[in-house]
Amino acid sequence: MDFRLNEEQQMLQDTVARLVRGEYEFEKRLKYSESELGFSEDFWKQLGELGLCAVPFPEELGGFGGSGVDVQSVMTELGRGLCLEPYMQTVILGGGIISQAGSDSQKEDWLGRIATGELKVAVGLQEPQSHYNLNDVETRAKKSGDGYTLNGRKGVLIGGHAAGLIIVSARTSGDSRDADGLSLFAIDPEAAGVDRRTYPTMDGAKGCDVFLKDVKVGADALIGTEGKAGDVIQYQAGRAMAALCAEAVGAMEESIKLTLEYLKTRKQFGVPIGKFQVLQHRMVDMSSELEQARSASILAASVANDEASDERTRTLAAAKNIIGRAGQHISEQAIQLHGGIGMTWEYSLAHYAKRLIMINHQLGDDDHHLEAYAGLLQAS
Amino acid sequence: MNMNYTAEELAFRDEVRSFLEQKLPADIAAKVKRGRRMSRADHERWQQILSKQGWYATHWPEEYGGVKWSAVQKHIWDEESCRYGAPRSIPFGVNMVAPVIIKFGSEEQKQQYLPRILSGEDWWCQGYSEPGAGSDLASLKTRAVREGDHYVVNGQKTWTTLGQHANMIFCLVRTNTEVKAQEGISFLLIDMETPGVTVRPIITLDGEHEVNEVFFDNVKVPVENLVGEEDKGWTYAKYLLTYERTGLAGIGASKAALSHLKGIASRQKKNGRPLIEDPSFAQRVAQVEIDLMAAAISNLRIIASVEGGGVPGAESSMLKVRGTEIRQAITDLARRALGPYAQPFVEEELNLDYEGDFLSDQDGAPLSAQYFNMRKLSIFGGSNEIQKNIVTKMILGL
Repeated sequence: MDFRLNEEQQMLQDTVARLVRGEYEFEKRLKYSESELGFSEDFWKQLGELGLCAVPFPEELGGFGGSGVDVQSVMTELGRGLCLEPYMQTVILGGGIISQAGSDSQKEDWLGRIATGELKVAVGLQEPQSHYNLNDVETRAKKSGDGYTLNGRKGVLIGGHAAGLIIVSARTSGDSRDADGLSLFAIDPEAAGVDRRTYPTMDGAKGCDVFLKDVKVGADALIGTEGKAGDVIQYQAGRAMAALCAEAVGAMEESIKLTLEYLKTRKQFGVPIGKFQVLQHRMVDMSSELEQARSASILAASVANDEASDERTRTLAAAKNIIGRAGQHISEQAIQLHGGIGMTWEYSLAHYAKRLIMINHQLGDDDHHLEAYAGLLQAS
Repeated sequence: MNMNYTAEELAFRDEVRSFLEQKLPADIAAKVKRGRRMSRADHERWQQILSKQGWYATHWPEEYGGVKWSAVQKHIWDEESCRYGAPRSIPFGVNMVAPVIIKFGSEEQKQQYLPRILSGEDWWCQGYSEPGAGSDLASLKTRAVREGDHYVVNGQKTWTTLGQHANMIFCLVRTNTEVKAQEGISFLLIDMETPGVTVRPIITLDGEHEVNEVFFDNVKVPVENLVGEEDKGWTYAKYLLTYERTGLAGIGASKAALSHLKGIASRQKKNGRPLIEDPSFAQRVAQVEIDLMAAAISNLRIIASVEGGGVPGAESSMLKVRGTEIRQAITDLARRALGPYAQPFVEEELNLDYEGDFLSDQDGAPLSAQYFNMRKLSIFGGSNEIQKNIVTKMILGL
């Protein structure tokens, strides 16, 4: 057994780490976050130029054929830098859906442009009533002429305000929460009837809700088979969950590093506060949580690209549950150990905490995934 | 044993309720209940109403314009005012510096400051913490050197809550470096308008401006602004901290927050049904409600012992720890209730007069920010670690 990255994976991770160190020091990150775009267009371009936006795509589609572990390497470093660019949404989720279910011409049209960083994608899978249930879709797509007419509302598309292509799930048949009857559609954000309400998010990014009112799309907007998108959605959400796990590990590692430094330098009662046993034990608990989270991220990465199965679903749910809990534990403890300093805007720690807590609100929190796991428990 | 209120206490509760029903402005109550931002004017308006009723200075002796409430009456007031959505009084003037002035201050200081606190003419803030002196308060470095009829103050204070509104600050300053850390500290009242005082905002992780740094650069403070004796400020500071720590458990506030949480969880949906009916979410809410129930009784036990002549000791430290944990757990659940919509931070929805469509729940916008803001509860007023140290020494004798 060998848990080390191979040479290529190590090179990949080093490449991203170097780029993040150069472009994403904390003060710059604050500026990107405050800008109208909410991230760095320049950094995004560099991701494209270095081929990083093509990592997971199959080689025959111009990608690197990257594995779950390759994606993990990239995402961990993006997490360490608290990077705001819509990499997960565009490359992992958007690119993943198109790779899995898209027609040849859709792949040709979109994947090449995603790979170079030319096209940003946002994917709308959830709605105001859906909580984290991706089958809970009320947006409707009705056949009309050669194409479809869409009505409904998709919620919290991170990066959706800057996307050139929006992919949404919509119901072509069935009742609310049926797994059958879901379809995926590509929408031009500028098309008639598409309205975006953009807002900042708690963790410094930007997102939007997308309102669809009698939006007419052609038959070529359908991605995959009509009514059969449920499996594609679940599968690609699983890959995105693995990516989020890796991102969280990067953010946790930085939080722990900052906290440890603080314990060694901050003095109270004449000694560094790290000399107090109660704080030492807290730091040990946080580090143990990080180890669990690392393992969870490795697990998730190892099954992310496997064929769909209950085992894969269970593993990904387990990983996201652990990451959610570890992220909250580490964030809360890191703030507490820092005292007031941990509460301040101008210190990076608080922003890691916010990102970690918000990762738990993306594609299911720890409660959601505990339930999902429990639903698939196997009697031994 | 009798856990019921007496007839007099029940009558007092009715009086409190009818006062709140008649006098608490609806817009202010809505802001408090729904987690919206309060303005300085909101606080001032409510203070005027309380002052007029004679219910503002609940810790003061009657001779200075206070109201003589028993511990149970104060508890009833706290509980009811939270339930109706009354704002918490900003404590720095009325509940912190005033008791110190009353107990240790000169006659002139009482004459000068107490009426101005009652009327709201002065807005006080607290100058205790320093960048190097948080939990270890005695290590403070801000210096006051006597030169004739003035002290000259140099140094820096931090975490000064609402200092941007204040015109007066009470400060712990070092007047003697030759003695043990606790012995060379004095308690000074400083006019924030004095040349050399600079206030700089600290923005907290939720984007709020609630706390500040205050800098003193050769600030001349008249010696008559010294409270009590020079170098004896530590005694006064500790006296003040006992006032600060009562009520930090926030039981009344937690009860109000829990009821707000239930409202949100009834409106949010999961699998087509109200989230509050979801078994796992309902269990989480039930757990925090059970914990709060026990903490409320612990709170009453402390109140009863004070009423019986006891002094709240380490029990209130335990209650501060448990109470703040419960309050934090409630804000955690409120954020979780929003699901994916915990992510957006739509600032315009924080205004009470917002007339657009709400992105998610009508009260959803502040919930994530509140969760982060409430991390402070386990840090301020003596961090929960410090409270546990107090329990270790005072109760367990370790």
